[in-house]
Amino acid sequence: MIELQHLTKRFATKGGTVVALNDINLTIRDGDIYGIIGMSGAGKSTLVRCINMLERPDEGHVVVEGRQMQQLSPAELRSARRDITMIFQQFNLLMQRTCLRNIMFPMELAKVPREKAEARARELLELVGLPDKADSYPAQLSGGQKQRIAIARALATDPKVLLCDEATSALDPNTTHAILQLIQKINRELGITVVVITHQMSVVEEICNRVAILDEGTVVEEGEVQAIFSHPTSAAARRLVYPAGAPKAEALPGHRLVRVAFNGTQTTDKPLVASLVLQCGALVSILAADTRIVNGQTLGSMLLALPEDETADKAIEYIQHYPGITYEEVNG
Amino acid sequence: MDALLASKEWATFLQILPTIPFETWETIWSTVVSTLLALVIGLPLGVCLVTGEPGGVRPLPRWVMSLLNVVINLLRSVPFLILMIIVIPLSRLIVGTSIGTTASIVPLVIASFPFVSRLVETSMREVDAGVIEAAQSMGATPLQIITKVMIPESLPSLVSNVTIATTTIMGYGAMAGIIGGGGLGKIAINYGYYRFNVVLEIFATVLLVILVQILQTVGTRLAVRCDKRIQR
Repeated sequence: MIELQHLTKRFATKGGTVVALNDINLTIRDGDIYGIIGMSGAGKSTLVRCINMLERPDEGHVVVEGRQMQQLSPAELRSARRDITMIFQQFNLLMQRTCLRNIMFPMELAKVPREKAEARARELLELVGLPDKADSYPAQLSGGQKQRIAIARALATDPKVLLCDEATSALDPNTTHAILQLIQKINRELGITVVVITHQMSVVEEICNRVAILDEGTVVEEGEVQAIFSHPTSAAARRLVYPAGAPKAEALPGHRLVRVAFNGTQTTDKPLVASLVLQCGALVSILAADTRIVNGQTLGSMLLALPEDETADKAIEYIQHYPGITYEEVNG
Repeated sequence: MDALLASKEWATFLQILPTIPFETWETIWSTVVSTLLALVIGLPLGVCLVTGEPGGVRPLPRWVMSLLNVVINLLRSVPFLILMIIVIPLSRLIVGTSIGTTASIVPLVIASFPFVSRLVETSMREVDAGVIEAAQSMGATPLQIITKVMIPESLPSLVSNVTIATTTIMGYGAMAGIIGGGGLGKIAINYGYYRFNVVLEIFATVLLVILVQILQTVGTRLAVRCDKRIQR
């Protein structure tokens, strides 16, 4: 369990003191995949670095597995960091080492005997699906493969917690999906608690069970992912769920209104509205829409009116299972 | 051509020619030894210049960093010709004499280790901060970060920079001919400059140029070969 209590972090800059984190209180339970989401500059990277003390908080406590992280001696902290490993947006692999030796690196630091470390590294290469890349160098790999090696490296010391700092932000949508699947597998099969830092709503939606929304250094909303997604209350949460702003409409008698948000969904080869009509028989009408396609992904949101009959239930169920879409029923 | 072959200069050239292989060797080994010694001093200093900064891997007290910077800048700003003369007593103290190739190694090392430490500094700064952070997140000690991350990751750059240092030291070494140092520089200065023997002057210079060319080519190839970021 990770507990953050009254965490505050300030940075001195030329323009004065910037409060990066302001009285953060969070509890991450064992086995969670916990999302921390926010816009750039919201303080999420600082927050995750406070968990393993790469950043020292100015106030408050970080308690991991019952240990007060700030009070550890340098040697104790180094050993604690083997239990709380991290992966990064830019992978941060050692470019002059082979993949195998990259994975062996944390074990080398911990003075694990060479043969044992190599055997473990090969197991991990198998786990992340790259057994044939042992002798390749990171420069010869794609972004997704590099992140797999980074994940294998992060697992080398059998950690209890894996911190993911924008781990998929440099990857394309398909690779992102594959890496998220791998992280989920690790969480389920190895029982590792995962903290996911991201600015992409789709990431939280795909793998997290709980989420905290960070805005200007404070947690504005926290809870179960589904609850937050269906009823975002804070302005920051609404901005994330409806990146282009939530369309508004008057109540329409005899209709159920559903707000649908696209978070980088691939809808071009599977049109949503047409599918609702053809597959669910729902005579859906679009009341308002603000969507755009960026690099083949649909962003934005739509307000749909469904007739108040059994086709509406079918339609809502269809929307619920449509990948990459969040929805919310609105009452006018 | 006939005039040249009949000249006194040509006669001296033929007389000196048999000693050229020995003098070339003197140039090579004094350069190599000086570079190695400069590296022994300059590498740790260059690393400290980066790791010792506030926010570095192992911050050092501010006065230590200031002292380090002042000493390095001071030594780098003294012209080599003058430095050679200033350190004559020191050479006597260390190697027992101030004349000869061995004695010239003392001023060469003193003149080049500050230069080498600056080159090492620039190489160390090229190491991605993210990779260092990753090592810290895995529980690496400052010494492990230096020996297992910073130096290996900057190796191609270090090799390039050591090549630059070696060619510079070879150039300095030629100047040591003035205070009695051996090597090709001695030939060029003693025969070319003091006795107006243009043939020997040009010959020794050409040999130096060839040595530098070989050195630079080997260094560049080595740097490229050891860089695993380049896909082949």
